[in-house]
Amino acid sequence: MLSIPCPWCGFRDEIEFGYGGQAHVSYPAQPSTVDDGDWAAYLFFRDNPKGWFAERWMHRAGCQRWFNVVRHTVTYQILVSYPPGVPRPDVG
Amino acid sequence: MSRERAVTARLPEQPDFLWAEAEPKPSYDVVVVGAGGHGLATAYYLAMNHGITNVAVVERGWLGGGNMARNTTIIRSNYLRKESAGIYEHALKLWEGLEAGLDCEVAFSQRGVLNLAHSLADVREGRRRVNANQLNGIDAQWLTPPEVQKVAPILNISSDVRYPVLGATFQPRAGIAKHDWVAWGYARAAHALGVDLIQGCAVLGVLREGDRVVGVETERGPIRAGRVALAAAGHSSVVTASLGLALPLQSYPLQALVSELLEQVLDTVVMSNAVHVYVSQAHKGELVMGAGIDSFLGYGQRGSFSVIENQMAAAIELFPIFSRAHVLRTWGGIVDVTPDASPIVGLTPYSGLYINCGWGTGGFKATPGIGWVFADTIAHDRPHPLAVPFSLSRFDSGALVDEHGAAAVAH
Repeated sequence: MLSIPCPWCGFRDEIEFGYGGQAHVSYPAQPSTVDDGDWAAYLFFRDNPKGWFAERWMHRAGCQRWFNVVRHTVTYQILVSYPPGVPRPDVG
Repeated sequence: MSRERAVTARLPEQPDFLWAEAEPKPSYDVVVVGAGGHGLATAYYLAMNHGITNVAVVERGWLGGGNMARNTTIIRSNYLRKESAGIYEHALKLWEGLEAGLDCEVAFSQRGVLNLAHSLADVREGRRRVNANQLNGIDAQWLTPPEVQKVAPILNISSDVRYPVLGATFQPRAGIAKHDWVAWGYARAAHALGVDLIQGCAVLGVLREGDRVVGVETERGPIRAGRVALAAAGHSSVVTASLGLALPLQSYPLQALVSELLEQVLDTVVMSNAVHVYVSQAHKGELVMGAGIDSFLGYGQRGSFSVIENQMAAAIELFPIFSRAHVLRTWGGIVDVTPDASPIVGLTPYSGLYINCGWGTGGFKATPGIGWVFADTIAHDRPHPLAVPFSLSRFDSGALVDEHGAAAVAH
């Protein structure tokens, strides 16, 4: 089981968290001008790297707040966690 | 004579190898990436059905050592949508003739599959799926709890449990097979038809000239190819990354486990989507159980033990006698999941490049069917009719084949 560092509560077991997939995916700024291909990209296409990955987690059984984590998808090592709205740290 | 020598003398002869290792040639008509069930079946049907024998199957690890060795071997075709019914029922019909076709035993056993309903919503969904299956010509029945228990007497159908059994769908023609025998059967048959099987040769990228794919770069050098067919499952995104071709896939760990060998106690397959456990008993006697996917993206071929604990809690409530069994081994595979839980099969924006991926947690059952359909797609450079609904472009058009809620949560 992963041990995940919540920025507010510290390290907790993975079963306390919900997973939110890739971090830093923005809603289209001008939805009315977005074509089918860009909607598809926004709705259905996410990075799927074998390596470092910035992803969202939510501390469901704790503070119930969302945050981001940089984790390696092969070793599952977590480098850093940080609050939403903060740019991805230059690690990994 | 020493006791040791006497024992040695009784050992059977080392069996003949079923196929020969090949060194990569500079070029082939078709290079298939991935020697799992899908890749091997594709190569076999390219040779068998279309006479295309100048084919190599290139494998990063060893033959049949990825998800083909890690699945829970369940075979069924009772999906909700007619598009899914088309491909999975085509596969099931091929399974029914596979041993004769390959001249090889694969221990295909049509022992039926129960999909349990634990809530009113499950009951409605199950009855709806039975109706849809019957309209699509697939054998399906709705069973009441006493009828369920006749099929699986060790199942606990009492009402005072967390997940009471309110009924089940039943597909009698569903079953299991021995997954590694299937891989070896296809490998042997493909090799006999002239296909090169190349293990320990990771594909590092796809070679292209303009919009045309012309081969693959491997760790043993480039291999030119008239056509390149991807059957790399959880690693599909990694292979297409070199082209800049994005796929709507997320790769997750999916875990399974076996118990020690036990007397035969279960002669059917039991699945429960709501509690995410599926159970069968292998021919040798192990209870084989699968879980839901782990929640996070991962390529590590292992997952979290909490998933196994949840699965065991559900299994023991459904089958109280399992509480005396022991978990012998657990393992994980990497499954490539699409947004609509349906596969992606067909052409790509690059000519000469064909994809087969996104089978998520349910690819094993499709092995013969997708091998057949993918080979036909490659040979004729157009999607086989059964592959048309599963194009990559459906994510742009919105014509999704949504199997999430209905039938494909657990595979």
